[in-house]
Amino acid sequence: MSRLLEASGHALELLFSGDPELWQIVGISFKTSLLAMVLATPPAILAAFALAYGHFAGRRVLIAVFSTLLSAPAVVVGLTLYLLLSRQGPLGDLRLLFTQTAMVLGQIALAVPMLVVMMHSTLQGADRRVWETARMLGAGHLRAFLTVLLELRFGLMAALLATFGRIIAEVGASMMLGGNILHYTRNIPTAIALETSKGEFAQGIALGIVLLTLSLILNLLLHYFQGKGQVG
Amino acid sequence: MLKSLFAGTVLAFSLMTAQAADPAAETPKPVNPVLKLATTTSTDNSGLLKEILPVFEKESGYQVQVIAVGTGKALKMGEDGDVDVVLVHARAAEDQFVEDGHGDKRYGVMYNDFVLLGPEDDKAGVKGTETAADALKKIAEAKAIFVSRGDDSGTDKMEKSLWKDAGITPEGEWYREAGQGMGKVIQMAGELGGYTLSDRGTWLAYTDKSPLTLVLEGDEKLFNPYGIIAVSQKKYPDINHDGAQALIDWMVSPEGQKIIGDFKINGKQLFIPDADADEEEQAEDLPEAA
Repeated sequence: MSRLLEASGHALELLFSGDPELWQIVGISFKTSLLAMVLATPPAILAAFALAYGHFAGRRVLIAVFSTLLSAPAVVVGLTLYLLLSRQGPLGDLRLLFTQTAMVLGQIALAVPMLVVMMHSTLQGADRRVWETARMLGAGHLRAFLTVLLELRFGLMAALLATFGRIIAEVGASMMLGGNILHYTRNIPTAIALETSKGEFAQGIALGIVLLTLSLILNLLLHYFQGKGQVG
Repeated sequence: MLKSLFAGTVLAFSLMTAQAADPAAETPKPVNPVLKLATTTSTDNSGLLKEILPVFEKESGYQVQVIAVGTGKALKMGEDGDVDVVLVHARAAEDQFVEDGHGDKRYGVMYNDFVLLGPEDDKAGVKGTETAADALKKIAEAKAIFVSRGDDSGTDKMEKSLWKDAGITPEGEWYREAGQGMGKVIQMAGELGGYTLSDRGTWLAYTDKSPLTLVLEGDEKLFNPYGIIAVSQKKYPDINHDGAQALIDWMVSPEGQKIIGDFKINGKQLFIPDADADEEEQAEDLPEAA
């Protein structure tokens, strides 16, 4: 117990003394995960919308495929991309393995199924009349689409926050694709894994605190939005 | 006339600056500054690379990106051309790597040795044995917990060959393959009160944090040499071969060797530089790089 307290104390010291290495790791985490979210969200929204409102063959199969991908372990996603991006793989000429770009790709691959599934269920649960009313009032397809998104913003936001929480805490794919290179591809989860294996528990706990604080903020935001949704 | 004079002046000037820039430059700027090094957890976790690489980076202008994995995986990354240079410790696998044409040449860099670690009370009575084979026999007889790396790392390869020498096929509930890095395995053996094999470097880095104690050292079978190999440019023409060779040349240079020898944890030297051992042989192979 005293060891845990000692490590936690040292962890707080590291955090508040502005230890540059620690904060750089935090920065890399946010940079890659935010970028992955920005790139994954637009296609995911379109896919979710198509699945909820479209009438096309294979729609149900696609929904099942996305739901299945949701349970793919991050390590498997990482391994698949590793084999694609390795110099010996089909995309090897891009030389992307062990770069931040590879990490972003891995996180996108993890984020898209989750976004599609959660957003699809939000869209599906909503009243189809929003779309019909908008169309009847003379809105074009794009306008009607935006109206639906605006109506459902709370549910969609919840999907974004939950997905961001998943990819920023993910260790398997980032470790394989980024290689855990100091100053470059070492993010919060891979650093925690490394520091723990080195017996440097303080550094691991400090980073754990950052992740937990982040997830607390995310959850507060989530509850804030959900609460408003109920009142409205 | 004027034109050729001008051209001549430009040429002379550029030659001058080129010459002046070379020796005088504080930090040169290589064309391809990013160098990817796959290495073992023992060189990285012990803190050696953190100590020596910044010196090389400052002098050469290269930026070394370290990917620390087991020796087996590091060699695989080199074989696939995903890294430019590998620094590993498994002599047989290294020679095979070069023989198969994945790398140009193996350079000896340094060595240390493996040590056998065990619980304070030494349940299996390993202390007092002289050879690794005898020690392992005692552990197997007592069915004392032994935590194996089980990850095809250099240490894992060494451990497997030691069991083979002892004529034992380790299996059963007492033999636990962790599939993790050295540091993690020392922690696990400590928690379980078991035995394990470690390189001395990682052990020195963990001595203070571990309840384990050293139970056997000094068997010549436990010798642990480290080698560095540039990935073959013939196989991968656009690999950062210049960078790889620059790192190798620096590691085996008197300066690099001195820094490696000076690296200490708790006042104890971790690695003994030994590039001199085959310096002449290396010199013969250098002209291509120069």
